[in-house]
Amino acid sequence: MPDWLIILIKSAILLLVVVTTFAYAMLAERKVLGWMQLRPGPNRVGPWGLMQPAADAAKLILKEDLTPRTADPLIYRLAPFISLLTAFSVYAVIPFGASNAGVWAIGTPNAGILFLLAITSIGVYGITLGGWASGSKYPLLGSVRATAQMISYELGMSLSFIGVLLLAGTTSLDGIVSAQEKWWFIIPQFVGFIVYIITAVAETNRVPFDLVEAETELVAGFHTEYSGLRFGLFFIAEYVNMLTVSCIASLLFLGGWNAPFGILPMVPGVVWFILKVAFFMFFYMWLRATLPRFRYDRLMAFGWKVLLPLATLNLVVTAIIVAFLGH
Amino acid sequence: MIAFWILAVIMLGSAIWCISASKPVYSVVALLLHFAALAAMYLTLNAEFLAVIQLIVYSGAILILFLFVIALLSSGVASFSVGPNRLPRIAIPAIVLIALALGFFTYAMGHAGAVVPAAQAGSPLGPVGTADVFGSVNDFGKALFTSYLLPFEITALLLMVAVIGVILLAGDHAPYVATRKHAAEVRREMREAILREGRQ
Repeated sequence: MPDWLIILIKSAILLLVVVTTFAYAMLAERKVLGWMQLRPGPNRVGPWGLMQPAADAAKLILKEDLTPRTADPLIYRLAPFISLLTAFSVYAVIPFGASNAGVWAIGTPNAGILFLLAITSIGVYGITLGGWASGSKYPLLGSVRATAQMISYELGMSLSFIGVLLLAGTTSLDGIVSAQEKWWFIIPQFVGFIVYIITAVAETNRVPFDLVEAETELVAGFHTEYSGLRFGLFFIAEYVNMLTVSCIASLLFLGGWNAPFGILPMVPGVVWFILKVAFFMFFYMWLRATLPRFRYDRLMAFGWKVLLPLATLNLVVTAIIVAFLGH
Repeated sequence: MIAFWILAVIMLGSAIWCISASKPVYSVVALLLHFAALAAMYLTLNAEFLAVIQLIVYSGAILILFLFVIALLSSGVASFSVGPNRLPRIAIPAIVLIALALGFFTYAMGHAGAVVPAAQAGSPLGPVGTADVFGSVNDFGKALFTSYLLPFEITALLLMVAVIGVILLAGDHAPYVATRKHAAEVRREMREAILREGRQ
């Protein structure tokens, strides 16, 4: 088979997997939230509510697609697609298993982690443009908040990566995972891990950093005016982004597809990887059920005055250690 | 080669859209498209690191600040009011300049040898995405911190000066609040001022 056909087939399979994961992550979130709040969660559609995602999808598709009269029609329609495109395109470089055979990844560029950062840094345009183009107050406020928040936390996030890159001595995701065969980077890079987890939650605009769509103040934030499938696209993008940062956390800090302490060698690596990603997804839901929302000024102060210096300190200490002791 | 022509058309088209768009936000979107195409162009030229940095720095940081300001300034969706059409007056000088530039570039491209950076010597051109070839992260980093260290540091200094200048020019001119006591005083004055405003 020619290369482009293999890449096409891989992309199609991956798209299917990611969309299915999104559908059931949404259901799992509502179930987990239900259990944590002592209620059953969705349980009417199918056994244990397992058909709920299909019902939700049908509802979103059938709903009317409204465009406000004050909206900018072109940008208003474009914005959800920018969000979705950036959310999905990062999967082009995420390896799901040891890729000696080249089966578990679409592409493994040498600058993999930088590519991830580049694509996610464009993701903010979907939210900013969507909020602006809606032509009303609350979406604009939401999108301005989103821009400021995501730019601020992206800095801390990138800095927390660099410690890992220094230890691994490479920017390819494949190489970073192979460097963790003995020790997962969560142990030498614990500070980096903490900074990454916090900034990742802020980057995906989830509780407790969901000021972008704070419903008590901004109705629904940047997507207030969106309805039907266009709202659905933003929704998908949010969950796919959650999945992405969970994948990055597993790859950079929890050893990717390496088994913990080398136990159970017969279990394929991809199973370990999925388990780790699932843990982070659960962690997200757990946070949502537990924590209240930040106040906006505190959010900014926390990002700039706590996380950024902490990440810088971590980087400097790691750099000194690597310079004197080698990798 | 096909990729080059497709990207070139996208880049030129988006550049024209950027300067001719009626709404400033459209210009930002056009510029975003332009940057994305430029990054893809860098990839086809094996400049992997440059492509990624192009996206992170220009699209991810600088352009989003443009958008931030534009979205706040023209928060309505109204278009910019455009002045009288100045195109006829600048047409002749523009055509002359473009012809000169084109001539110069054709001459320069015809007479220049293949560009081989110092750091590339010995490392053959390889496929994009492999380590230790021209344009890869390793190679770029090595060149930046050895052969080109001085320009790099001078650029850093220049940016630093620019940042300090911006803070001086745009920073608020309120007296610096150094102590807790002073801060409390400032807050009380503000409260009283608000109360006075309310009474009038």
